Amino acid sequence: MAIFADANTRVVVQGLTGKQGQFYGLRNRAYGTQVVAGTNPKKAGTDVEGVPIYATVKDAVEQAGANTSFIIVPAAVAADSILEAAQGGVSLIVCVTEHIPAHDQARVYNRLRDEFPHTRLIGPNCAGIITPGVCNIGFHPTEVARPGGPVGVVSRSGTLAYQSLYELTVKGIGQTTCVGIGGDPVPGTNFIDCLAAFDKDPETRAIVLIGEIGGSAEEEAAEYIIRAGIKKPVVAYIAGVTAPPGKKMGHAGAIISGGKGTAAAKMAALTAAGARVAQNPTEIGGLVAAALADLG
Amino acid sequence: MDLFEYQGKQYFARHGIAISPGAVADTVAAAVSAADQVGYPVVVKAQVQVGGRGKAGGIKLAHTADEVRFHAGNILGMDIKGHVVRRLWIEKASDIKKEYYASFTLDRSARQHLGMLSAQGGVDIEEVAATNPAAIALLHVDPHTGLSEAAVRDWVARAALDAEAVEGAVDILQKLYACYVNGDASLAEINPLILTPAHEVRALDAKVSLDEAALFRHPEWAEFTGLESLDEREREAAEKDLQYVGLAGSVGIIANGAGLAMSTVDIVTQVGGAPANFLDIGGGANADRMVDALTVINDDPAVKAIFINIFGGITRCDEVARGIVEAGRRVTLRAPLVVRLDGTNAVEGRAILTANESDRLLMKPDMLTAAQTAVALAARG
Repeated sequence: MAIFADANTRVVVQGLTGKQGQFYGLRNRAYGTQVVAGTNPKKAGTDVEGVPIYATVKDAVEQAGANTSFIIVPAAVAADSILEAAQGGVSLIVCVTEHIPAHDQARVYNRLRDEFPHTRLIGPNCAGIITPGVCNIGFHPTEVARPGGPVGVVSRSGTLAYQSLYELTVKGIGQTTCVGIGGDPVPGTNFIDCLAAFDKDPETRAIVLIGEIGGSAEEEAAEYIIRAGIKKPVVAYIAGVTAPPGKKMGHAGAIISGGKGTAAAKMAALTAAGARVAQNPTEIGGLVAAALADLG
Repeated sequence: MDLFEYQGKQYFARHGIAISPGAVADTVAAAVSAADQVGYPVVVKAQVQVGGRGKAGGIKLAHTADEVRFHAGNILGMDIKGHVVRRLWIEKASDIKKEYYASFTLDRSARQHLGMLSAQGGVDIEEVAATNPAAIALLHVDPHTGLSEAAVRDWVARAALDAEAVEGAVDILQKLYACYVNGDASLAEINPLILTPAHEVRALDAKVSLDEAALFRHPEWAEFTGLESLDEREREAAEKDLQYVGLAGSVGIIANGAGLAMSTVDIVTQVGGAPANFLDIGGGANADRMVDALTVINDDPAVKAIFINIFGGITRCDEVARGIVEAGRRVTLRAPLVVRLDGTNAVEGRAILTANESDRLLMKPDMLTAAQTAVALAARG
């Protein structure tokens, strides 16, 4: 089992004909991911190393049976690409594009919520999602991932997710799925969505949550662990403990954050929710091993 | 990108938001001629991106050219919490009947825009938020459907602004929302928003932060860049397109990925060291990137040891190792390097570095030992 991406995931890559899209799309395919289509209105009918190119996501869904879109396009057109994917009928959209304007993210997120409530967006500005041994959409290095579970990983940061996969793998601990939710202001999928999905997934026995300073997503995740009564052990790591406070501009941010957002506040909230909090990324492996040993 | 008050006001004005007449000046003579043009009395305002400038003596009322000369002379060059005043905004003094507060920003938790409006504006708004949160009327706006006039009217009523301010407030708040959205701002704040005895509603201050990701559709923002308060190291790094934040310590840091770079700053601090910087070299750290990164760090005289912390995902460790060796040939490094490589092709990468290992280039197997080694080297100086 896995969350969000599994053996039935059939991917259309929006941006497959671009340099980055081709590199990662084909790399994902080489790992075993079913990359069934690419899109480019000007190149419909051609192919990229055997992957057929369609004019639109809708065509790729109807003709190639795609159910997931991997978006790797420039920021200026990314918001429209996300809407095209939703309108085209995929149920999962993974958008790795960074530097999408925050107002575009907010508009698209709320439009998806209103008009396409069953379409999940992961990202933007994320590393993607990997279900080791089965499906990799995005940037995750497959070398450090180990199939078979029992640990689910969710991270805002890409490199820290890679690092934690590695720490688990060197201890012989596999992963069910690793979700990069991205560090942008309006993520399509957040910690809570992943905690809920991992909690339901029978093969996931423990969860690694990697956060960083800014926003209050980690505090909300901690509240959710308590509210939803999540019993699976959670190991957390928060980067940015010693980051200097950013230049504060105006009062609106301070008024809404109300003291949340620091690494200390996030670590305290997660500890209070029963999570084991690592002091550095290397500790993640040991803490997970101990948590799994406690489960017997 | 944070705007100075005068830039924020000009941005407001472009979106039809009423501001007081004023002009920018960066010399005493320019301040006087600005005041002559605007008409007395004027307020001489220091342009710095830090709060509390009024209390620091950076805002003064002037009734005559002599008073402008006196205050401008005092304020220009003044140090306000580490920010040196290089520019003044000379503004026609306003008659104030009431001071309100208004802002739009993104509420990341709700994933919607959030408007805040209070009849108790002025400098103490955070105090109001802490002690009497009910005095701030909140309005969530769905970014997809936008803001209707009816919603604004209801919001103004909830904030209990004075009756004579209602029409002016409804108008200016809609314009503030348009400025925030169409202007790709991450914050548009007016504090105070004033009511004049003539029942006009106007922005007396402007705090605007722009979302740099939207630069591609705002060529007009070019005028705002280059004025940011970067230190010399940060300017050099920005020119080389590196994500760099200058800190006060002696351990230079290079890592790939913002998360790992932050984590590296943390671990250096945890083992008793003081990071000199945060530097995210990004993906694909080839020789050129590594030379650029090492040059920026090498130019910082406070750096006594350099910690390179790479986790190879897409970035391949053997490429990074070749970059480090190449950089060592092209830059004369003052400080020793401590390198930790893990992840994709780490074995090959370590082999390349081992062939070049010396007391100036040390390899460590994990983050913790590498951090400890770098901190010990920095302490030795």
